[in-house]
Amino acid sequence: MNLANSGLNQIAEALDNREMSSVELCEDYLTRIDDAEQLNAFITIDREGAIENARQVDENRQSGASLGPLAGIPIAHKDIFCTKGLLTSCGSRILSNFISPYSATVVERLSAAGAITIGKTNMDEFAMGSSSEHSYYRPVLNPWDTTRVPGGSSGGSAAAVAAGLIPAATGTDTGGSIRQPAALCGITGIKPSYGRASRFGMIAFASSLDQAGIFARSAKDAALLLDSMCGYDPKDSTSLDIPPPQCTQKLETPLDGLRIGIPEEYFTAGLDAKVAEIVQRALKEYESLGATLIDVKLPNSDAAIPCYYVIAPAEASSNLSRFDGVRYGYRSEHGESLAQMYRKTRSEGFGPEVRRRIMIGTYVLSHGYYDAYYVKAQRVRRLISNDYSRVFETCDLIMGPTTPTTAFEIGAKMSDPVLMYLNDVYTAAVNLAGLPAISIPAGFDELGLPVGLHIVAPYLEEARLLQAAHLYQKHTDYHLATPDLVT
Amino acid sequence: MSVSRKDVKVIATLAQLDLEDHAAKSYIQEMTDILAMIQKLQQIDTSKIDPMPHPQDIQLRLRSDELTEPEQRSELQSIAPSTEKGFYLVPKVLD
Repeated sequence: MNLANSGLNQIAEALDNREMSSVELCEDYLTRIDDAEQLNAFITIDREGAIENARQVDENRQSGASLGPLAGIPIAHKDIFCTKGLLTSCGSRILSNFISPYSATVVERLSAAGAITIGKTNMDEFAMGSSSEHSYYRPVLNPWDTTRVPGGSSGGSAAAVAAGLIPAATGTDTGGSIRQPAALCGITGIKPSYGRASRFGMIAFASSLDQAGIFARSAKDAALLLDSMCGYDPKDSTSLDIPPPQCTQKLETPLDGLRIGIPEEYFTAGLDAKVAEIVQRALKEYESLGATLIDVKLPNSDAAIPCYYVIAPAEASSNLSRFDGVRYGYRSEHGESLAQMYRKTRSEGFGPEVRRRIMIGTYVLSHGYYDAYYVKAQRVRRLISNDYSRVFETCDLIMGPTTPTTAFEIGAKMSDPVLMYLNDVYTAAVNLAGLPAISIPAGFDELGLPVGLHIVAPYLEEARLLQAAHLYQKHTDYHLATPDLVT
Repeated sequence: MSVSRKDVKVIATLAQLDLEDHAAKSYIQEMTDILAMIQKLQQIDTSKIDPMPHPQDIQLRLRSDELTEPEQRSELQSIAPSTEKGFYLVPKVLD
């Protein structure tokens, strides 16, 4: 069995047929993780815990006990999800000693389905970034070209899945942090609708935008994980009390008469010509599979990044006020007074990008600017959301590029924050509107770097999103490609 | 619109961040750049549009005022930088 690109079904089948035990499977993946240490994909590896849990699943399997759909399958969690008894650093110095006393609901649900947590993946500090270079630990490298970034903020999860270090991983997406790294690493990454997955135990960045999601090797695998992960949670006041999406069950349902909206605003200046060509080819493929392509307009697309960079920092500056060196995490030794201790702890504990966003957020929320920036951005947010509602009256899905370019070189955008922010130009609007979206591999540029196709669905239509992605993956093999690094 | 050194200092104080003099200079430039990018919002007519603070246009759920969490003070305090007799310790506030 080639673990580099095995699907969850193949793995589950091999476990079921006793071709291998879960302990053996975990050991194989742990070896792969060790061999690819240079990618810096992981912050923490829980060797003992994973093997112990795998042994338990193996015993249960032997005794004929009923097993969950993910029984014995190793996965990794972005280090933003609290995991009881394990370091949960969020990529930050300020949480570099934080052993969480509880687990996130997403972690608990996946564990309850039988998944084995093998480790915690590297990320941009507090999920703020699009390159995974803003980690307190070390930058994550792209397995397709280790001189390039994997995207971010969930870059560790994306790189780990792309390199076959793990069959699937969790991530979070506030402005594109699952879809952008999925595109840059050539894998499938889905962000469900706001409210589908519980945010309990997921360290907050921008609470009205944050949503947990999945990185996997295919839409089929993503569906299985999403079904296990989503569902009502009374511990999150924004969790939706509705039945789960049942994506796996609907995966093979035909998409008769599928109408795909193509926003003209997505194919303008700023989009790399080769990326545009590959995305157009993917759209043609859908057309040949029976879909109708419709030109649509999202006239406020240009406003998405400015709007996002008011709302996300504003919410972040409020959320991150809890990190003060009193109850948990890092405390500076240099504070003689309480006020000084707060300031030293936060200045030493937060990295430059996090401090920058706290400053911007504090500014737009401060007296005299609140209405001009924050409330204004909220009004524009409604316009952006209204654009989608109107477009979805005439089409079933929206498609376009996930990112304007393929993976860029490490360090290329670190000195220019605004340039870095433009990586999320096609993805951030989706979070503002709370919609579900996915990025799937659509081909490679002339350097062999992956290109992602971005698909957006109406609110709560995750199943349709995955049906369309699965349809494409049944007729193409881009999602099966693995980087040369992988053997 | 540019940000002044004084603005940056006030914001840093509100955000409980230290501001070294050499850092102030780069904050001034970066915040000015970011605010210039954000400034585009002002060109959009939103006169008849209500703010959208959240993707779900719903009221927050309320629940009955019942105890749901078990007592776990010692577990939660075991990860604190400094505690004594169940209290969190911080540097002296009053002399």
